[in-house]
Amino acid sequence: MGFRNIIGRRLGLGLVRRRKPFSTATCDGDGNGNAKSINLYSAINQALHIALETDNRAFVFGEDVSFGGVFRCTTGLADRFGKARVFNTPLCEQGIVGFGIGLAAMGNRAIAEIQFADYIYPAFDQIVNEAAKFRYRSGNQFNCGGLTIRAPYGAVGHGGHYHSQSPEAFFCHVPGIKVVIPRSPRQAKGLLLSCIRDPNPVVFFEPKWLYRLAVEEVPEHDYMLPLSEAEVIRQGSDITLVGWGAQLSVMEQACNEAEKDGISCELIDLKTLLPWDKETVEASVRKTGRVLISHEAPVTGGFGAEISASIVERCFLRLEAPVARVCGLDTPFPLVFEPFYMPTKNKILDAIKATVNY
Amino acid sequence: MNSASCAAKISTQPFSLNPTSPTSHDNPLVFPKPTSLFLGSTRKLRLSSSSKLNLHRRSGTVVAVSDVVKQKKSKSTPSLLITKEEGLELYEDVILGRAFEDMCAQMYYRGKMFGFVHLYNGQEAVSTGFIKLLKQQDSVVSTYRDHVHALSKGVPARAVMSELFGKTTGCCRGQGGSMHMFSREHNLLGGFAFIGEGIPVATGAAFTSKYKREILKEADCDHVTLAFFGDGTCNNGQFFECLNMAALWKLPIVFVVENNLWAIGMSHLRATSDPQIYKKGPAFGMPGIHVDGMDVLKVREVAKEAIGRARRGEGPTLVECETYRFRGHSLADPDELRDSAEKAYYAARDPITALKKYLIENSLASEADLKAIDKKIDEVVEDAVEFADESPVPSRSQLLENVFADPKGFGIGPDGRYRCEDPKFTEGTAHV
Repeated sequence: MGFRNIIGRRLGLGLVRRRKPFSTATCDGDGNGNAKSINLYSAINQALHIALETDNRAFVFGEDVSFGGVFRCTTGLADRFGKARVFNTPLCEQGIVGFGIGLAAMGNRAIAEIQFADYIYPAFDQIVNEAAKFRYRSGNQFNCGGLTIRAPYGAVGHGGHYHSQSPEAFFCHVPGIKVVIPRSPRQAKGLLLSCIRDPNPVVFFEPKWLYRLAVEEVPEHDYMLPLSEAEVIRQGSDITLVGWGAQLSVMEQACNEAEKDGISCELIDLKTLLPWDKETVEASVRKTGRVLISHEAPVTGGFGAEISASIVERCFLRLEAPVARVCGLDTPFPLVFEPFYMPTKNKILDAIKATVNY
Repeated sequence: MNSASCAAKISTQPFSLNPTSPTSHDNPLVFPKPTSLFLGSTRKLRLSSSSKLNLHRRSGTVVAVSDVVKQKKSKSTPSLLITKEEGLELYEDVILGRAFEDMCAQMYYRGKMFGFVHLYNGQEAVSTGFIKLLKQQDSVVSTYRDHVHALSKGVPARAVMSELFGKTTGCCRGQGGSMHMFSREHNLLGGFAFIGEGIPVATGAAFTSKYKREILKEADCDHVTLAFFGDGTCNNGQFFECLNMAALWKLPIVFVVENNLWAIGMSHLRATSDPQIYKKGPAFGMPGIHVDGMDVLKVREVAKEAIGRARRGEGPTLVECETYRFRGHSLADPDELRDSAEKAYYAARDPITALKKYLIENSLASEADLKAIDKKIDEVVEDAVEFADESPVPSRSQLLENVFADPKGFGIGPDGRYRCEDPKFTEGTAHV
């Protein structure tokens, strides 16, 4: 492996990093530059190419990333940037993340891939106990901000117990890391680049159902989208719906149906779950007076609970109805019963009507 | 007193049942049994290399070779390794494994089963070689490539096929699917989608049988546990943790590595600092053996030894079986990465062909006998598919069952009825 050569060269040159300067002002991905219609995994692939191109101390590693990954997100990276920067790890998630923390602590950009979010639990210890607390307990002498962990999450129709989980709630309980979930290809590319360049460790969950299904015009240039800013993707006046990831498309369908019944729905994509944009959601709830949260993870202790509690704290007197949560059932993610478990369009629609008519 | 007995006391803390105090201040706690040490290190392990044993491809470190095997080696004329009955039983099992998996592929592409299905074609020698030596009470822990382990252990083909189709008559009532085959009757402890997760479970099961035998004094409890897993798993922390525990506590377990050289798309040789997995056994104080996993009879000989050791209370063994999967990692894997020369090399060592040849050349069975078995197995597999087709799909209320010990785990709602029986609970308030 050419790893030794790279180290030798680097020491020779001193620790000068060739980095493309980017402004702190981020464009929103529209306008200049060609845009091509691509799907989610291609958008993520583009983001990774750009990340490695603009920082020669960025690494991508994980299980099977070398040939392109089981979802093709890392196609072409090993060929273009070499095996010293894009490499397979053995099957040890705890090791992968811990190793990534070490890389990040020494000033590199470590982009670790966990093959399915269901497999992230062995690494949970490293993420919670090490990554989240590194800067804090070293008094800012060290940090692992260069660490980004990417994992495909969510239902895929036939995944069963261990290929469909949504573990975002576990990570949202950890001060010191950020949790980001994109809803579409254009969002994914911009958000992933922001996550990689953010000076904090980030867990980036990618909705695997959308890898091939979601197709959108995505600009080819390097652009970043701001973290911790929620986006109102549909304006309305009767009820606020809050969601993230693949669930938003289901919620949008429910909104369309509700519109036929004269209910005007406002739909918000949180984008960043930790730290989340309370102001945007609060402003929307002040406008509508009603809120509904939907996510695939089981309802008890899901992130919807945090949103609900915060909104009630801030907007209690404005609320016209209890906060509704339409989420997965409190069971392990089932195999055959997936359609019954999931928070479907009809369940959301019924909850919208119940809330509006409260 | 001195450090040895202090250490022994600490490690035997939960089991200070034996009223007799340590006989000597230098020896750890000793129970009145020939295989004395219940817990504590195995410092007296004898390591002898046995390169003379041509049963292994490379010389492994074998401890306590049984007399039977030694005797076989000394004979100049090759003696038969199996009797006719055993031969036919083994043949039937490998054919069942192969036919079943091929049928799975057909059913998958016809849409009858779904999800992630991982087939075992090519590795039948390992399953048959090991599991056919077990008793019903012995336990087996497997991975997601578990259909054939289930079949070898005795789970009826009908139950496995139904489980794959997601029907109530499946071995897990349709809840588990392809990767989660369980059977209490046959002591199959799963089916694990997550690599390495089953090994600690197997370690716990082995501990139970040792406990039953030595502490609870259940006379005939010499149950052995087999843990099957792959080459990729051998780089995972759980594997090492369990090797340590099993050797430390001398558990009746055999760790069987099905080294098929590939972990989805990652070659074992590029993922492991020392690709010879069997060497990791002695590092933890147990023997490590490498065997040709494409040959049922060789696997069976090594398995006899390893299982025998465990049954006699001599502790764990690590067996590395060099094997190969003829199909991709799963039915969704296009299998583009593996070299066709490699595939051809292993296809030529197909375990079924080898076994068939052995049986016929040694006049243990005739072509007609074997064809009869082929036909019988075809019928079994077809019957399994029909049975699975006709079985009912689970009702919706089954979704909420078995989350907790209380089968209707959601308790009672305000209207006094079980919550999960209220149709509004499972359906939201509208049709799905």
